Amino acid sequence: MVHPALLVAPIAAPLLAALLAIAFPRGAVAAALSAVGVALVASLVLVVEVARTGTGAALAIGGWPPPLGIALEADGLSAMFLLAASTIGLGVLVVAQGPFGWTGRETRKGYSFWPLALCLLAALNAIFLSRDFFNFYVGLELLSLSAVALVALDGKREAIEAALRYLMFALVGSLLYLLGAALLYAQYGTLDIGLIAASAETNGPTLVAAGLMTAGLAAKTALFPLHAWLPSAHTGAPAVASAMLSALVPKASFFILVRVWFDALPGQAGPGLTLVLGTMGAVAIVYGSILALLQERLKLIIAYSTVAQLGYLFLVFPLAGGDSTAQPWFAGAWTGGMVHAVSHGLAKAAMFLCAGAMMAAAGGDKLSDVRGIVAKMPLATFAFALAAVTLMGLPPSGGFLAKYLMLTAAFASGAWVWGAVVLAGGLLAALYLYRPLASLFAPADPDRTFTSVPLRTELVPLALALVAVLLGVASQFPYDILQVGRSVAAEAGLE
Amino acid sequence: MGGDPIIASWLVYGCCGAVLVGLGLFGFMRPTTTLRRVLAFNIVGSGIFLLFGATGYRVPSTGADPVPQALIITGIVVALAATALAVALMLALARVSAGRDEDA
Repeated sequence: MVHPALLVAPIAAPLLAALLAIAFPRGAVAAALSAVGVALVASLVLVVEVARTGTGAALAIGGWPPPLGIALEADGLSAMFLLAASTIGLGVLVVAQGPFGWTGRETRKGYSFWPLALCLLAALNAIFLSRDFFNFYVGLELLSLSAVALVALDGKREAIEAALRYLMFALVGSLLYLLGAALLYAQYGTLDIGLIAASAETNGPTLVAAGLMTAGLAAKTALFPLHAWLPSAHTGAPAVASAMLSALVPKASFFILVRVWFDALPGQAGPGLTLVLGTMGAVAIVYGSILALLQERLKLIIAYSTVAQLGYLFLVFPLAGGDSTAQPWFAGAWTGGMVHAVSHGLAKAAMFLCAGAMMAAAGGDKLSDVRGIVAKMPLATFAFALAAVTLMGLPPSGGFLAKYLMLTAAFASGAWVWGAVVLAGGLLAALYLYRPLASLFAPADPDRTFTSVPLRTELVPLALALVAVLLGVASQFPYDILQVGRSVAAEAGLE
Repeated sequence: MGGDPIIASWLVYGCCGAVLVGLGLFGFMRPTTTLRRVLAFNIVGSGIFLLFGATGYRVPSTGADPVPQALIITGIVVALAATALAVALMLALARVSAGRDEDA
């Protein structure tokens, strides 16, 4: 039996710290770091407990069971995503002390950053622990609104425009999702995932409801062709905020999408829907990679790389659910997608933090600005290269494990097209990451000087990139964790 | 109870909600200004809430289901927060465009 506090702490601690940061801006850094530290410890214990007992944990808040009350539940997937979010969150906040820490006087940016970042982390954790479609909606809105505000934090014209564009996409996404949830309620009289799964049947209204939710969530996950907001938003935001926006925020809407199709409505996604989602994912991989190849700014390369990497997540739908009977490769494909989400999050956070440190040192993030920075910042350059290894899917990284699982599933199922896309995506990633790497490692001009940056801005991304690689080295552990409480559909397929 | 109305009231509410959603989505998608988009967002939201409320009367013998009403109230708060953020961003953009510093 897992202690209830383990499920409450990851949500309550950041929320409490957000309130404290508003009331006492001087103590914001201390409150934020200790709260996210608490969340990290709680999720770590949760992962260990889930692995040890082999069962998930559940808590009916206030003793009210669903459908009247709200239940928090953690299975292996929840625990893994919680741990990833807390790890990345803590890393980002440690670096954020530099640009947003207390400097003796209250600034607009320094005051706003901490409550927003903490609300964002609380919303993420709430989504990962929820089992109810309305809870997901509230968490998703809290997440989107904090993320939009973080994009606008710089106060520059481009940043505000990017934030408004992001907000418009987020608003459409949440409306479509809410409409779908309302129709689902009309159909089943509940929004609890377990109760819906128990009585789910294939009919028109259910498919319309789930389709609307899927469209809304795809817009929030920046799935091609609904990605237009992502590059400007992720580059307009301060680098530490970009790290959270790129690494964590799209994973929350993807997580809900997985809950919709694999947990609440198993057996409802027809081959048409899985094909559409898979195709959009495949196009995203190719399109995002090509655009990343054409960019001259470090942050834009990383942002377009996110568009491409998010595409892999949607290959889970055709690979883990395109057949009418249970197939042995479904489990591998599903797990591959989830491992990809976690390892991309770690690697992308590391990359954005590196980009931020390099921008601070070089005064700009054009490839020509950061040319030869390896001599000044060897650790950050090494971290960038390690993160690149994960994004390319080279062994022994977590990205390799994910792509290996997806490839195996693609070839086992005979759907070699998806396998070709995964392979092409890895090759394209190597291409578009070669340019920044070549620039970073090039010899600098003798008279080029870089500003010194605090050591922690190099060490944190290095730690995150190392964890992303370790995910592949210790591959058995994440694989086993993800199987705990895995829905039957993830094994038996979506139809 | 008097005679049955020609159209059940929940059906009227539901249809009105659907029409509002349609109108609002059209207003949101057509090329327009940000302020009109925010207004259209609120119209779609109202339509969804009306539709959601109407679904609370699915089983006439038990009366109205209170759960949708509780969810609608939460939804209204969320929509209000989103609208406030959108308006604040539009004002900030207007200030920056007018050449005033946002970093004061």
